[in-house]
Amino acid sequence: MMGHNDDPCAHCEEMMQPYLDHTLSDEEMHEAEHHLDECEWCRKRYRFEQSLRVYVRTAVSEPMPAELKQKLAALRIPLN
Amino acid sequence: MAEAPPDATRLAAEARDRIRFEEEALALSDQVYRVARHVANSREEADDLVQETYVRAFRSWRSYQPGTNLRAWLLRILTNLNIDRGRRAQRTPPTQGLEANDYYLYDRLTESDGGPSDEERVVERLSQDDIVEALASVPHDFRDVIVLVDIGDFSYQDAAQILDIPIGTVMSRLHRGRRILKRELAEYVQEEAS
Repeated sequence: MMGHNDDPCAHCEEMMQPYLDHTLSDEEMHEAEHHLDECEWCRKRYRFEQSLRVYVRTAVSEPMPAELKQKLAALRIPLN
Repeated sequence: MAEAPPDATRLAAEARDRIRFEEEALALSDQVYRVARHVANSREEADDLVQETYVRAFRSWRSYQPGTNLRAWLLRILTNLNIDRGRRAQRTPPTQGLEANDYYLYDRLTESDGGPSDEERVVERLSQDDIVEALASVPHDFRDVIVLVDIGDFSYQDAAQILDIPIGTVMSRLHRGRRILKRELAEYVQEEAS
């Protein structure tokens, strides 16, 4: 069944990224939520994707080295 | 009391505007670095790129329109500099078929044994290094969009302006780029499992 055009889970997968981006229309949002209420398989995957986004964002966010910050401040054009 | 000559008044006002601009730009440097770190290929490159961006920004501050998005203005300079550095030379290879479906990573993570298995904690099987390396291996055109939108918190509209591409291209690259990233992450799961 998976991958078939009529498969509601395949359709739900297509809506996953725009759902998490809040770019679905009201009607599509309603449709996705209705399916998620009934389908644990999709619900688990949506939850995973949401956690993944937060996890990736946290993992790759490095603080700027203090030394670089000082170098940038030193680049300011002095007042004459 | 003698009035200051018009030139002196103008210069003083300009100096004030410039100082304000520099302070506002510096206050955004952490956010600029966060993006630079991952559109560049290494920490050293990111460091240079950020410095060059600020040199150029401080020099051309007059071309910034107060009240518009300064963070996007700075990032526009940064991405142009990055492209000037020869980035365009490496065109993105066609990636048709490179990314699997959206759930490929979840399936890989849950089919291997050990570690947390509930869907909110299964991500913890990926290490920070895995994620940094996987992101670095996403082709530039896709990575730039992911870094701006998912990591830098820019809107589609801002990302389109910064990269000088249509908004529809931002959305399609983001969609495919996330799949490519997940595909890359899945490679680490397989390597660690073997």
